[in-house]
Amino acid sequence: MYYLEAKNIVKQYASHRALDNVTVQVPENHIYGLLGPNGAGKTTLIRIINHITGPDSGEVYINGRLSIPSDVEHIGYLPEERGLYKKMKVGEQLMYLARLKGLTRNDAKNQIKHWLNKFDIADWEKKKVEELSKGMQQKIQFIATVIHRPKLLIFDEPFSGFDPVNANLLKNEILELRKEGATIIFSTHNMGSVEEICDEITLINRSRVVLQGEINAIRQAHKKHLFKVTYKADETIPAQTLHSNDIYHVMEYGQSSGYNTAIVRKSDKATTNNELITAMMRECQLATFEEILPSMNEIFIDTVGEPVNPEA
Amino acid sequence: MSKIPLIIESEYMSRVRKKSFLIMTILTPVLMVLLCSVPAMLTLFDNSEMRQVTIVDQTGLYEDVYASDDEYTYTYLNSETTTEQMRSDEEPYAYIVITDNLLLKPNAMTIYSHKQTTASFEIEVESKMEEYLHDVKLASYDIPNLQQIIEESNVRLDVSSIRFDEEGDTQTSAGLATAVGMISTFLIYIFLFAYGGMVMNSVMQEKTNRIVEVMVSSVKPFDLMIGKIISVGLVGLTQIGIWVILIIGLGIGVSLAFGLPLLSGEGADIMAQTQTMGGTDTTTAIDPDMLDMMQTFAGIDFTMIIICLILYFIGGYVLYASLFAAIGSAVDNEADTNQFMIPITFIILFAFYVGIFSAENPEGGLAWWCSMIPFTSPIVMMVRIPFGVAVWEIILSLVILFASSLGMTWVAGRIYRVGILLYGKKPSYKELFKWIKYKA
Repeated sequence: MYYLEAKNIVKQYASHRALDNVTVQVPENHIYGLLGPNGAGKTTLIRIINHITGPDSGEVYINGRLSIPSDVEHIGYLPEERGLYKKMKVGEQLMYLARLKGLTRNDAKNQIKHWLNKFDIADWEKKKVEELSKGMQQKIQFIATVIHRPKLLIFDEPFSGFDPVNANLLKNEILELRKEGATIIFSTHNMGSVEEICDEITLINRSRVVLQGEINAIRQAHKKHLFKVTYKADETIPAQTLHSNDIYHVMEYGQSSGYNTAIVRKSDKATTNNELITAMMRECQLATFEEILPSMNEIFIDTVGEPVNPEA
Repeated sequence: MSKIPLIIESEYMSRVRKKSFLIMTILTPVLMVLLCSVPAMLTLFDNSEMRQVTIVDQTGLYEDVYASDDEYTYTYLNSETTTEQMRSDEEPYAYIVITDNLLLKPNAMTIYSHKQTTASFEIEVESKMEEYLHDVKLASYDIPNLQQIIEESNVRLDVSSIRFDEEGDTQTSAGLATAVGMISTFLIYIFLFAYGGMVMNSVMQEKTNRIVEVMVSSVKPFDLMIGKIISVGLVGLTQIGIWVILIIGLGIGVSLAFGLPLLSGEGADIMAQTQTMGGTDTTTAIDPDMLDMMQTFAGIDFTMIIICLILYFIGGYVLYASLFAAIGSAVDNEADTNQFMIPITFIILFAFYVGIFSAENPEGGLAWWCSMIPFTSPIVMMVRIPFGVAVWEIILSLVILFASSLGMTWVAGRIYRVGILLYGKKPSYKELFKWIKYKA
């Protein structure tokens, strides 16, 4: 069951097509990464989901039915460019934003209390936003995003501009929200965080989807058949004992805590891991054997760096 | 459910609770009343000081000319007094020295003083002497009843003007009509600029603050814009309401406290000003005859004027505030607003000048057309209404104004929803037109 489905979205600006037939399906209670370089069209897609702008063609479904403008009351959106009313007090600001999301005055009051206590900042309620530091304002922005307990959360570049402490806090809160049942969309080009917390991703480049699926599947599909092996080193066996042959090719040698290490590549993808191990065992005393999966960062650069293939 | 009421509430409350709003709202009337009453109070203080003037009349001809009054005490010194003696005695405010018959030698009178004398003192001294000499000269012709003849030949005219009207002829006054028209026009002119500008700044701040994207993920951009326009309008009306109450209250308070005829004085001042502005005769308006005054006031339909004032206020404000909101959304900073502000400033100033000149020719072609064109009608029509405008003309003008206001909010809304989310390059007029055509 997909909580959010954006089907065949096309958005054309005067001379520039921001989204070209983009389809994204976000399963319920998943953390979904929306990746892509700057200007790829991520923010436009997010704005379409938020009913800030409309698609030229294509539809957005929420929970299986066509999305209507009032659905934004169930969406929490933290934009990349975020701000607050500087002259307003923290409490008033949160009250205003919460009520705009459809909360009653009482519910909003309880939620404000809950979140301010949770972050241990209850004494900020009467402070004006302009008196707060940037890090403090970020906390308020986060509270404003989640105060109405949205079922769908959209974070656009959440970690940009957050200091490490707040970024970690944010990450933990996001994981907790997922535990409580929220579906979360992440737009970012911080690949480290993607590997860490996303279940699935869509990579958009130049307005098109170029890569989509579960993180593990994608990493498997992009593997380069590289393996890291460590083996015993002593007087009898020289460091560079492992030699390239028709089964594998040694990429580099190294040493690590008393062991020799080497990175090898299968010469033929069809070779099974067991065949590879057997071949190496003839040369040395194997200690460990581990396949190297490409990082999302590498996959990102590989995919985006390629000339765009229309059929991709 | 529409979120406009919520936006209005929040925007309104945060504005009226600002310190600057409170200060402006309270200080402006206080300053105005002070400004109006300071000259009156100063003369009040002046009066308390008596000035000694010593007259050294070497001819002995003019002993009856100067009589002491509230301000000056005149004492006569018939003895020969030298300049040296006068120089050493600093007691009197001034010395008036008359050395010869002034009818024969007009320059035989001199004022000596230690401190620079005031202009009003010199005028007082001169005019009293001139009056006396005038009478002396007349008497010297030896014509019986000459004084009476001259008084009788001083004819005073009292012209009333009557306007033919359907409900009966009414006594009118060009001066009063001009004054009422000018005040209304001026109010609208200030209102459009001040509060329209406030809308623009607020939109621009939301955009540069980057709060706007959070806002439009909860409400429609159009709702946000309308909420803002309405709330600023209400803030303006609140402010003006408080001003009116405070000015009247303070005015009465100050009048009572100092026993000054402040309010009537103010009224007369405004009349005098409009006389110079409009260049028309206002004799009837400042005629002290109260009955006449009341009749003239009755000749102006104040209910009509107030209703029209409010309607033109609303229509004109919505029209210009939408325009200002669109500009605020299209730019990133104050400096970039100039390109769009200059044409608007030009239109409003043009309307203002047409308004001023319409007071002289309320039925002229320029005045008529400008009171129909929505961008100028709120300003120009208010000048014409006190002079009497056919009801169908007012209705037509209002219909055009409100229709264009609605059209303008629609256009502004289209520009706004694109503009608030675009940063960087300052858009050209061509781009703004493109934005209007974009699909939502």
